[in-house]
Amino acid sequence: MAINLTLNGAPTTIDAPADMPLLWALRDVAGLKGTKYGCGIAQCGACTVQLDGFAVRSCQLPVGDLEGASVTTIEGADGRIAETVQAVWAALDVPQCGYCQSGQVMAAIALLEENPQPSDADIDGALWGNLCRCATYQRIRAGVHEAARRLEA
Amino acid sequence: MLAKIAKQASRPAHRTSRRGFLAASAAATGGLVVGFRSSGISARAPAADAAVVSPFDAYLTIGTDGRVTVLSSQFEMGQGAYHGLATLVAEELDAAWDEVHVEGRAGNVALYGNPAWGGAVQGTGGSTSIAGGFLRYRRAGAAARALLVAAAADRWGVPAEEITVEAGVLRHGSARRAGFGELAARAATMPVPAEPKLKSAADWQLIGADDLRRNDSMAKATGREVFTIDLDLPGMLTAVMIHPPRFGATVASFDATDAKTMPGVVDVVSTPRGVAVVAEHLWAALQGRDAVIVRWDESAAETRGSVRILDDYRALAVAAPGAVARADGDVEATLADADRVVEAMYTFPFLAHAALEPLNAVARMNADGTLEVWGGHQTPDAYQLISAQIAEIDPSRVTLHVMKTGGSFGRRAVADGDVVAEAVMVAKAMGFTHPVKVQWTRENDMRGGRYRPAYVHRLRAALDAAGDIVAWDHHVVGQSILRGTPFEAMLVRNGVDLTSVEGANTLPYAIPNLRVGLTTTDVRVPVLWWRAVGSTHTAFATECFLDEVADALGRDPLELRLALLAAHPRHAAVLRLAAEKAGWGEARAEGRYLGLAVHESFNSFVAQVAEVSVAGGDVRVHRVVVAVDCGIVVNPDTVRAQMEGGVGFGLGSVLQEELTLTDGAVDQANYDTYGPLRIDQMPEVEVHIVQSSEAPTGVGEPGVPPIGPAVANAVHAATGRRVRTLPLRSGLA
Repeated sequence: MAINLTLNGAPTTIDAPADMPLLWALRDVAGLKGTKYGCGIAQCGACTVQLDGFAVRSCQLPVGDLEGASVTTIEGADGRIAETVQAVWAALDVPQCGYCQSGQVMAAIALLEENPQPSDADIDGALWGNLCRCATYQRIRAGVHEAARRLEA
Repeated sequence: MLAKIAKQASRPAHRTSRRGFLAASAAATGGLVVGFRSSGISARAPAADAAVVSPFDAYLTIGTDGRVTVLSSQFEMGQGAYHGLATLVAEELDAAWDEVHVEGRAGNVALYGNPAWGGAVQGTGGSTSIAGGFLRYRRAGAAARALLVAAAADRWGVPAEEITVEAGVLRHGSARRAGFGELAARAATMPVPAEPKLKSAADWQLIGADDLRRNDSMAKATGREVFTIDLDLPGMLTAVMIHPPRFGATVASFDATDAKTMPGVVDVVSTPRGVAVVAEHLWAALQGRDAVIVRWDESAAETRGSVRILDDYRALAVAAPGAVARADGDVEATLADADRVVEAMYTFPFLAHAALEPLNAVARMNADGTLEVWGGHQTPDAYQLISAQIAEIDPSRVTLHVMKTGGSFGRRAVADGDVVAEAVMVAKAMGFTHPVKVQWTRENDMRGGRYRPAYVHRLRAALDAAGDIVAWDHHVVGQSILRGTPFEAMLVRNGVDLTSVEGANTLPYAIPNLRVGLTTTDVRVPVLWWRAVGSTHTAFATECFLDEVADALGRDPLELRLALLAAHPRHAAVLRLAAEKAGWGEARAEGRYLGLAVHESFNSFVAQVAEVSVAGGDVRVHRVVVAVDCGIVVNPDTVRAQMEGGVGFGLGSVLQEELTLTDGAVDQANYDTYGPLRIDQMPEVEVHIVQSSEAPTGVGEPGVPPIGPAVANAVHAATGRRVRTLPLRSGLA
């Protein structure tokens, strides 16, 4: 079926089975590969995107339910917060293998949009669902704090 | 040690490699030549015996735009090997750091054989990338620099000695200036220096620099990094595997009538490793998979559960060991005559690698009969051979494209080719009509075997009246990782698989009577190296038991270790450093307790002090102080990153990771039941690096082993209870 939505700011029609998760519609239909598959059951966060401004797990969203929705993926992450987070991620060499980092960055952006000065506990709460098997968590925390500091300046 | 490195530098690297290459290819193929016959290398190969290989034919390229591409023998799975090799090349080349990029290479063991393994095989493992590449990639950079200087001297008609190189630019006085790109073509025609002069350590600007950033961090932060899962070749089909529910089972028959009618499903085929559902894209393959009915032949399958397996191990652990890995003095007699004997048994579960990118590979047969395979090629020589055998072509017609992968931790180095073999098998079953990506689901990955083996260790120590340890008896019981693999001949000696006992048979403590025994078990659960391999369990057993002994002797764990480490100054130095930085022996905040451990693995020395609190059964690790000695440090920030990550990776296994089987079937399927560490459990990790001029060693693995015993020893300090079964979740229950 054809689903009309806003994808990374642009009106987009995705032709896919209604029960196809957004994750696979993004990757295999829209050709946006930055959103990653890690578990398929909302346990790892690698597939995190923003849906109408909220960080969500795209593996759990049937694309057929997204008529008229606005979806932002890592490819469409822009603006001051996104660019700051990504610059800090590079400045601190946060990623190791990097596979989970699209999801980490999307979750960090969503956190900072809602909470400009998150505490460690806020970060742990917001990013609890994003697994990093390389365990870059210490730098993820430091990265969110540093991004918050730069954004305040 | 620097003198030793300099000595190695004077020996043409390719000679050793070439001998190893010929030996390896003869042994592995019985006559087939594992060649690399494309793109001009073969034409130069005979000449390479007489002259030094041009760096431009092997280890780096320089584009006319000045872009430097390092061609890496080492595979990048997150650990920073590309960053390290790029640093080595850029240092000697005097390149502009931002112009340096890295690509993986495979298929020419003469060039890419791992020097740390004698050059006979290409591979990434054992934390050897920097140790093995330290000379090779500096020499390549230095040779390329000399060629660029010669080209400039030639063009400008000036003496080479008067030319300077800095940040990718060559200069002669203030009048002449050229970028690498302008001189690259001419440089490739210059005679290759036999002995390129390397910088002295005092002149290093990049090696050891703390402000050098990885060149892939921004791509990874913006989702632009391309992994195997992201490949989308023209006409490519995606396959999902249905694997046997029990290890050792095979396909008896299957019914795919319904699946084949489903939209997007192209075919359902049988392979020696299971049934593959081949579709236009992954979602269609998943839908199709659910409609396939497979009947399995389980006559040869493992049907024991992990509880039974570990019970069997415990019974074996109190019997005499099947083989002896080390025997100093007379352990039995000393134990029999001892004033006191301390004894403990430790139990370790199976562990999954659970890397975040589920395993995958892509195979494409081209019209000219060449096969291309994309994937995470941690042991590429084997994958090239296996792919060729499955495709029934000469190995020289197989090209491996080395992708960066979303983790690995050892999982992408499998002797039988594993998912790489599956990709070629499925493409072949499809008649090689399309490129095929085999993409495992998380469930395939979790239940696909190749686990860190389960082990039971039994330790006994004899103590004398003076408060000393006079005998130490350590018996390891578990499966062999290497048995039945091509590595068996190299690494299994007198019935001892060295990966089962490493870290136990190298116990550094001065104990006059010491025995390390091994009983290798026969279990049909496929096992594999898991980041830090044997040391993942031997460090826990030895360092926890030493604390138990210290307790029995009434001695401080730090004092006792230092007293026993007089002959091992590098162990002692990291231990002192970590203890000092952590405030060992000082007053602590209410409810906070320390534990320490020191362990050498892969020639690196790491001590850790963990600060924990325990509330109910809940163990929280607040802070970990790490001291590491890995010889010369190429990238200090990578050392810190690997220590941080090693602590986090290891801590997940200590606290909660456990792979169990019921009647031979794996109980866990996904991250809901198999739980790596999450961010709220990550302690503050503080890393102190020992300054050293010893040869560089690795850091990918050595951060893992000490965290378990450091935490367990701290838990004992907090609760008086010993953790003898991992994970802690089970051990404290």
